[in-house]
Amino acid sequence: MDVSPTLINLTIFVLAIYVGYHVVWNVTPALHTPLMAVTNAISAIVIIGAMLAAALTETVLGRTMGVLAVALAAVNVFGGFLVTRRMLEMFRKRDRKEKDDKVTVHS
Amino acid sequence: MSMDLVVLLYLIASVCFIQSLKGLSHPTTSLRGNAFGVAGMTIAVVTTAALIVSLAGSITGLGWVLLGMVIGGGAGAIMAKRVEMTRMPELVAFMHSMIGLAAVFIAIAAVAEPHAFEIAARGELIPPGNRLELFLGAAIGAITFSGSVIAFGKLSGKYKFRLFQGAPVSFRGQHGLNLVFGLLLLGLGGMFVVSQSWPAFLGMLALAFVLGVLLIIPIGGGDMPVVVSMLNSYSGWAAAGIGFSLHNPLLIIAGSLVGSSGAILSYIMCKAMNRSFFSVILGGFGGEASAAASGDGVQRSVRSGSADDAAFVLGNAETVIIVPGYGLAVARAQHAVKELALKLTGKGVNVKYAIHPVAGRMPGHMNVLLAEAEVPYDQVFEMDEVNADFPQADVAIVLGANDVVNPAALQKGSPIYGMPILDAYKARTVIVNKRSMAAGYAGLDNDLFYMDKTMMVFGDAKKVVEDMVKAVE
Repeated sequence: MDVSPTLINLTIFVLAIYVGYHVVWNVTPALHTPLMAVTNAISAIVIIGAMLAAALTETVLGRTMGVLAVALAAVNVFGGFLVTRRMLEMFRKRDRKEKDDKVTVHS
Repeated sequence: MSMDLVVLLYLIASVCFIQSLKGLSHPTTSLRGNAFGVAGMTIAVVTTAALIVSLAGSITGLGWVLLGMVIGGGAGAIMAKRVEMTRMPELVAFMHSMIGLAAVFIAIAAVAEPHAFEIAARGELIPPGNRLELFLGAAIGAITFSGSVIAFGKLSGKYKFRLFQGAPVSFRGQHGLNLVFGLLLLGLGGMFVVSQSWPAFLGMLALAFVLGVLLIIPIGGGDMPVVVSMLNSYSGWAAAGIGFSLHNPLLIIAGSLVGSSGAILSYIMCKAMNRSFFSVILGGFGGEASAAASGDGVQRSVRSGSADDAAFVLGNAETVIIVPGYGLAVARAQHAVKELALKLTGKGVNVKYAIHPVAGRMPGHMNVLLAEAEVPYDQVFEMDEVNADFPQADVAIVLGANDVVNPAALQKGSPIYGMPILDAYKARTVIVNKRSMAAGYAGLDNDLFYMDKTMMVFGDAKKVVEDMVKAVE
């Protein structure tokens, strides 16, 4: 009994939306901008499709499209994760600073 | 490398991505979340590289991959390092456009050489199901790309180019035209699915690019938080669409996560502005409609005071709630505000920040701007958490915010009726800093400014707050 791959993909798709829905509602509103930046980086997962295109195609068209797609997706992979970390560190910095302040008060 | 192992590693990468979003539920776990994201991406890329080597039997193909990665990654890293936090919405819009265009390029490569992706044997046609998926992925990608370019232009606001202006661009028959373009797009897509013809595919792409522009130009500057979230969602669906056509579960999972995330953020933003998603999409808000609403012509008087007066009131308060708006960020006054809060806290005043969901230009923007100024996040409260505190507050100080504190939202018949607001008007005393009496995005007069308990302090937010800091002794 063969199931069409599209149906299997659809199953994965629907369940993943469900997971996404529940996980994202739990994200604190204060971190919605980092959320958007990190989702930018995550959607850059198209880079793996782009890699196949860049490495396994033989025509000039296929290869050019592949290399360009890798480059565009890589902008997001690096840019997305790095800018998210930069933002999140701002949230953490205050944490550490506060603790340091408390320490100095006690001493 | 066996395909089973590849799929298994992709599963691990998917779990990492879910963990990465989960980490954002609290600031303390968020950096770990980001690390999970990086781990997932690394696993995915390394696995794919190994797969390529085993499929091609050589590593020469990876040279091309590396070339793209070095160029793109370098550019991305530089941007991430240099971008100012006020410019975050532009960066995000720019990144959406990258995903959209990458999806289009991959789809073109897949149509040109389907055998490279193992979706068809060499020299054979792509199965119709894959064609449909390629069409959808490419079309959504193209719309995401051109729409994000327009959104980027509108957000940066410095372009003279007419399509980039903040005010909505609308013309007669706009929606009809969009409908015709949409139907044509579907028609050409159908032709491609039936015949796998290049002209149909390229024509469909061209139409999708135009449609992306047409969809975003009628949306006004005030609705940009919704648009940015919406395009975030589209970029995810584009990735998922490519995943369908390449039969890649990782792409489908990651794309769906991003797609639902963007959809939820759009919903939250719409709700915060009390706008239905459809009225935002149809556009025309935040522009010329304003003139009619504000002009009842009656000159009303406000009580205005100096920064010293305001500092005196603040110094004698027990509880103060600061309401920061985007005007504050434009004036780069976040650090001055933090100094003021520190000084007040030092005098024993209880200080809180109240953030409206649309205080910035994208979801959570104001929180990041305050974080940058090293405001402790346990002093920062969301609208639902803080609204009950306003009646007990001695002073609410509104800095560069307008519509989000406008009590007109409570009156039936007002254009913003029903929009959730911060109840600053309930505080015992209200101090409002604005540059002038100009109306906000919604173009409405604000009754809060004319209340007896309100003191207006006119001037640049940074200068005014700095003067307050000096005067609070």
